[in-house]
Amino acid sequence: MTSHIETQPDYNYAVVRQFTVMTIIWGIVGMSLGVLIAAQLIWPALNFETPWLTYSRLRPLHTNAVIFAFGVCALMATSFYVVQRTCQTRLFGGPLAQVVFWGWQLVILLAAITLPMGYTTSKEYAELEWPIDILIAVVWVMYAVVFFGTVVKRKTSHIYVANWFFGAFIITVAVLHIVNSAAVPVAMMKSYSVYAGAVDAMVQWWYGHNAVGFLLTAGFLGMMYYFVPKQAGRPVYSYRLSIVHFWALTSVYIWAGPHHLHYTALPDWAQSLGMVMSLILFAPSWGGMINGIMTLSGAWHKLRYDPILRFLIVSLSFYGMSTFEGPMMAIKTVNALSHYTDWTIGHVHSGALGWVAMVSIGAVYHLIPNLFGQGSMYSTKLVNVHFWLATVGTVLYIVAMWISGVMQGLMWRAVNADGTLTYSFVESLQASYPFYFVRFLGGAIFLSGMLLMAYNAYKTIVAPKGSLQPVPQPA
Amino acid sequence: MDYGTFSGLYTGFLIVIFIGIIAWAYSNKRKSSFDEAANLVFADDEKFANKPSADNKNAGANL
Repeated sequence: MTSHIETQPDYNYAVVRQFTVMTIIWGIVGMSLGVLIAAQLIWPALNFETPWLTYSRLRPLHTNAVIFAFGVCALMATSFYVVQRTCQTRLFGGPLAQVVFWGWQLVILLAAITLPMGYTTSKEYAELEWPIDILIAVVWVMYAVVFFGTVVKRKTSHIYVANWFFGAFIITVAVLHIVNSAAVPVAMMKSYSVYAGAVDAMVQWWYGHNAVGFLLTAGFLGMMYYFVPKQAGRPVYSYRLSIVHFWALTSVYIWAGPHHLHYTALPDWAQSLGMVMSLILFAPSWGGMINGIMTLSGAWHKLRYDPILRFLIVSLSFYGMSTFEGPMMAIKTVNALSHYTDWTIGHVHSGALGWVAMVSIGAVYHLIPNLFGQGSMYSTKLVNVHFWLATVGTVLYIVAMWISGVMQGLMWRAVNADGTLTYSFVESLQASYPFYFVRFLGGAIFLSGMLLMAYNAYKTIVAPKGSLQPVPQPA
Repeated sequence: MDYGTFSGLYTGFLIVIFIGIIAWAYSNKRKSSFDEAANLVFADDEKFANKPSADNKNAGANL
């Protein structure tokens, strides 16, 4: 896996290196913000009485940083790497890839400035104001041109399944972003959505849930379909299953959004449709998980020696867990208990930390030696330590939020014999305190793993080329 | 045609499409082509790693 790098086609690895390094950096920034706001929920004085540092402004910055800075940098790095290597051709568009990189960093920088200043559209995961939205659309279209241009000029006859997932992610995110961000600007940093009332809510959650479905799922499945087979050294378990679950996943996900609006002004039939579609979604989701995990069938022993593979496989277990939990929470009667409680936050982080972050971390650990002319990471031991920190951190986080969430749901719905509420809101908040601390602890442990990764990556990058060789593994 | 009939027919149409995709994906005719596609992950390593090792000095050593 080492000396052949020079002999391959003239791949554009420069942009992949940039995005890979920024994935680690933005990961640390985004997760640090998460740990800070988790701490603010326990020790409110941590906002230092400064408007810019209040929870209300930092929370959207945290979600934007982890999804659009960490997550999208990881997706752009891996999609540019995978599309070149499976199409056996250099990225299309020459300098356009660099424009995508710098354009996207500019978007992130503008988010980091405007959100703490309080500029927001108030649409969740789409908080950025209209000038930044336009910039996102322009950069995204260039990203699509580079990606699909490369697919078109491929030297192979097939388009490998990972590229199908990346392609679906790129197209759908463009459509979602442009439709949901349609707004009437009234000032440089102020706009109003073109939609009103329940329609606005439905468009917002059509966008919101498909950001989960196509950005955080389809995109990362694309990553999975390259890096799991590659790291395991064997082709994917069933290529046929990958085709069936691709089409099932992409055609069903788009309908699941209404489950965010149960028991609201949204018409009942739309709520029920969203619930049913969410339940159906369980099947294609598990198709992907089974396909990934079963790729290891007959080679399970590799998990004992390879912490990178462990990251990838455990990420699939978390993916399976959260895509089982999601459909359950979309059932209206379950949602009546879970919605607006910490259970939702636990569910999101089982997907975000357990699936999205872990599969990205695995991919980045695979990428760094390959991109910087090394045979392995500087320290495989540290990768293993990172694996355990990430796993323990995720489990602490989600278990704390489950307990806290179910408790809140039960306390909020408890009524006395005379019909009055048994608990005030503040009583449920007080009961949540210990769990907020466990969540803070879990997040901090996960973040410490990211810091180890940054150190390990730095040592790998600065090491003399070719000096790091993989430790021979028992066959 | 009222809306109920239309959505019934449309659902039937989607089921046929879905079964069609499964039949296509699992047909024996497609097997070799899919096997080839599944191995694209390794194809460029093999193809290009063998080039400099025509003198078979390190052939396979890096795979």
